[in-house]
Amino acid sequence: MAETTKTADSAKTAPVAWRRAGVERRSTRAWRVRGSAVIVALVVLAVLLVPPLVQLDEQAVDLAAKLQPPSLAHPFGTDDVGRDLLLRCVYGLRVSLLVGVVAAVVATVIGTAVGAAAAASGGWFDRVVMRLVDLFSSVPHLLLGIFIVAMFSPGVWPVVISVALTHWLSTARIVRSEVLSLRSRPYVDAAISGGASRWRVAVRHLLPGVLPQAGLAAVLMVPHAIWHESALSFLGLGLPTHQASLGTLVQAARGSLLAGDWWPTLFPGLFIIVPTLAIAGLAGAWRERLNPRRRSELML
Amino acid sequence: MARMTARRALFAVPVLLAVTFGVFAVAEASPFDPVKAYAGTAGLTASQENLDQLRANLGVDQPLVTRWWEWLTHAVSGDLGDSAVLRQPVAQVIGERLGWSVLLASVAFAVAVLLGTALGVLAARRQGGWFDRGITSLAYTLEAAPPFWLGLLAMWLFALKLGVLPAGGLTDTGSSVVSFDQVARHLVLPAAVLAVSQLPWFVLYVRQGVADALEEDPVRGARARGLAARTVLLGHALRSGLLPVLTLIGSRVPELITGALLVETVFSWPGIAAATVQAATSVDFPLLAALTVLATIAVLLGNLLSDLLYGLADPRVGFDG
Repeated sequence: MAETTKTADSAKTAPVAWRRAGVERRSTRAWRVRGSAVIVALVVLAVLLVPPLVQLDEQAVDLAAKLQPPSLAHPFGTDDVGRDLLLRCVYGLRVSLLVGVVAAVVATVIGTAVGAAAAASGGWFDRVVMRLVDLFSSVPHLLLGIFIVAMFSPGVWPVVISVALTHWLSTARIVRSEVLSLRSRPYVDAAISGGASRWRVAVRHLLPGVLPQAGLAAVLMVPHAIWHESALSFLGLGLPTHQASLGTLVQAARGSLLAGDWWPTLFPGLFIIVPTLAIAGLAGAWRERLNPRRRSELML
Repeated sequence: MARMTARRALFAVPVLLAVTFGVFAVAEASPFDPVKAYAGTAGLTASQENLDQLRANLGVDQPLVTRWWEWLTHAVSGDLGDSAVLRQPVAQVIGERLGWSVLLASVAFAVAVLLGTALGVLAARRQGGWFDRGITSLAYTLEAAPPFWLGLLAMWLFALKLGVLPAGGLTDTGSSVVSFDQVARHLVLPAAVLAVSQLPWFVLYVRQGVADALEEDPVRGARARGLAARTVLLGHALRSGLLPVLTLIGSRVPELITGALLVETVFSWPGIAAATVQAATSVDFPLLAALTVLATIAVLLGNLLSDLLYGLADPRVGFDG
């Protein structure tokens, strides 16, 4: 007893420098998580509350105030027909976030279903399905997305579908390997030998283990989906140009940029980057909580 | 080595068959009608008989599998059909543009690999230091930034504000000759933007790989033998730290194609991207199908390259796997 307290004491006192560095790093990490949480909360609040509370028309054209640089009246400046860019960016973020979240949810559902089915059935079905997943991954996502959107004519739904159809692959892989590793755990064996039905094993023992991983994949997919939506819209293949999304805003700003006005281009891009980093920061903390032993990995 | 290449090539055949079939199946499921696309505005006034005749002439009344097989047999002999929007054979469209895309992508990729490795090693040298933290934050930010946005801002800064580089195209406007000098000057900005958009991945992975390698026994042993820090870092840690990067280098090809597509569009580079966007906006099926297959081939080549590099770099890996 005395010995254990002694070693604990010496461990506490000896590597002071090491410990301090570790503590510091942990505190900066905590601040990063807090900052990310604040930004995500702000984004959600802005997206949900600004349209109903701020009774301003984002489409309101004011030709007297066109292409004004950022000022107090217009913090982000105005675009080429005098619309307030801060308001346009919030509306664009709203549309992009909606597309991103819906696409991520659809992709996660597809991925979870495919991954779980492959892992649960095993054998030739598993092999065929995973080969198909490999196959899908051999086509660049954006190009596949362009192809689907082109074939089904641009619009909100083709964009959502094309983003969802190109993003379920990694989720299917993650869920499959998670189910395979869970299935070999002793408690699952115990449940099976205790006479639990296949369904019960799947719902009571496998699903709770898989859901956090699938949820994490879904959260990480939202920025990806937003990125894809903006890329498709920028190419003129995504949302219609009158619909403010982060991609269409950058696309619409090209003319002003060539005339030398930088703000209509700069701010929509920042609206993509900042929420992406915040979501990645939060997801990173979540991942560390899920797998504390695994070294924190690269995000995005 | 030859054996593995042959195996890979053999594996590519079913992949390409499946991808082409998938492309035809998506087109079949979509509301897109090739007859209306072919006839254009004339299709609105044409009689039903004429449209049916056209349908038969184009072979669209055939079942999906027949049309796919027809396309495939023609494609193998080099005939990829005609592009409706560019009014050229698809093979010619690709032939004229592929070189420029490959030039842009390979220059950018080389810059990203070299610069990314250098920055990654420097960051891993003192993990948690100011350089490491700065580079890592910058890398995450750049990773989150869309390449087209970076391209537009770079164009604004370097071409419009500073006026040091041309804003786009392959040659100066008004000049009809494609000279090396002009192409090189027009290449700088798009290649730099594409390289910057690919850079974060390399920096972060090399940093991670080298940092892990610094903890490995051979590296510790080298340090214990009193070798210079530089030798340990470059001779031991970098060599084993690069292995995971090499295995994943092939998986960067899809990202490279995506980035090139966007950057080419921003800078009006006369590569594949402009053709892709045109083909997509006017639903030019033969061109789109060929481009999708082309991208798949590029991805498969990337995978092969990565396996070969891994085998060359790590003698423990056999080529018969």
